[in-house]
Amino acid sequence: MHSDDYLTDVGIVNSMPKIDKVLIIACGALAREIIDLIKLNNWQHMDLTCLPAKYHLYPEKITGAVELAVKKHSSNYKSIFIAYADCGTGGLLEKKCKELGVKMIKGPHCYSFFEGNDKFTQNAENEITAFYLTDFLVNQFDAFVWKPMGLDKHPDLIDMYFGNYTKLVYQAQTENNKLDQKAYEISKKMNLPLEKRFTGYGDLKIALLNV
Amino acid sequence: MSDEQDIILADLSDEELTLQMHDDLYDGMKEEIEEGVNILLGRGWMPYDVLTKALVEGMRIVGIDFRDGILFVPEVLLAANAMKGGMAILKPLLAETGAPRLGNMLIGTVKGDIHDIGKNLVTMMMEGAGFEVKDLGINNPVENYVQELEDGEYDILGMSALLTTTMPYMKVVIDTMVEKGMRDDYVVLVGGAPLNEEFGKAIGADAYCRDAAVAVETAKEFMAKKHNQLSM
Repeated sequence: MHSDDYLTDVGIVNSMPKIDKVLIIACGALAREIIDLIKLNNWQHMDLTCLPAKYHLYPEKITGAVELAVKKHSSNYKSIFIAYADCGTGGLLEKKCKELGVKMIKGPHCYSFFEGNDKFTQNAENEITAFYLTDFLVNQFDAFVWKPMGLDKHPDLIDMYFGNYTKLVYQAQTENNKLDQKAYEISKKMNLPLEKRFTGYGDLKIALLNV
Repeated sequence: MSDEQDIILADLSDEELTLQMHDDLYDGMKEEIEEGVNILLGRGWMPYDVLTKALVEGMRIVGIDFRDGILFVPEVLLAANAMKGGMAILKPLLAETGAPRLGNMLIGTVKGDIHDIGKNLVTMMMEGAGFEVKDLGINNPVENYVQELEDGEYDILGMSALLTTTMPYMKVVIDTMVEKGMRDDYVVLVGGAPLNEEFGKAIGADAYCRDAAVAVETAKEFMAKKHNQLSM
């Protein structure tokens, strides 16, 4: 059953039985983008469930949480797709997905697949000092980055965390003036020059198209 | 009016002061740590005793609570910063007073990776434990490691990576060491958030170290084994 929020955002009353559908088990940081893609493409064969985005702060929790979610839902759906990249699991998530017989997004993390994994890899060597933000991270910067790192209470730690970075790259999934402004404010806070790149949904869309 | 009373560190006995310094380290109070170090030195403590009994023991407690999920990265960084203040006073004195040396370590973050928080913590804890550490910094190609290993006298090589994309580079370094016939001359320790024990074994490292405290214990064990072998 979809939540009220989902119905408000997506506005689809989908009568397709679950057993004929694909369940996307996604990182919460991708929820908005996946809902948008489902809506834009009228992918009625997809349901979405999300794990807490904050697992990214403790990547060792991701693999176990994905496994539990797959086991919980697998008998109800035709198939399951994992909308995570490696995301700091050091290959453990990929291994677990193979074991469970489910597919996942290729690439090391969302910064890579939003930009396009091939392009990101090509640029990687020149961009090792870039700190990346996505729409989600711009929106949730304080809750997801600033506070968990203790910078709200101890701003003097900023150099220990970000001293080796030389620029802030905002990979925009959507054109949104408010997010642009917020990204600019973050760059001031981090004392890093800002570069905005419109990436759209990148390889996320391709991965979901192939589900 | 606050219930808390200011503690005058100089009024505390040695034992009380040591315990207070553990608390101050835990709370990341750099100035208090520096003051405590100076007081103990002023009372005639050997620098090595100040280091081990006041600072390292305090950081050991911090390490345990980090491992157990009671403390998080920001608190550990603050504690490390406080210890760094104390270490800055002690380091020149340790050399002068001939403090025991457990071994020499070369450490660096691998090519393509600029993350150094974990590496810096390991460096500090290793120094605190009595190792001489040369820090190569960040973004190190294999040539940096090999050159320095050849030029210096090291027992341990430590490599760090935070990214899934950069951690495989550790294997490049180890494979190069094998090719050059120098792999067995060193204990190779690896660490970083996305790593795990399986990865450490797969790339041919001697051990994966989950955190700085584990790195110190692992390094000590390897050095003890080495000494035992040499004495046989």
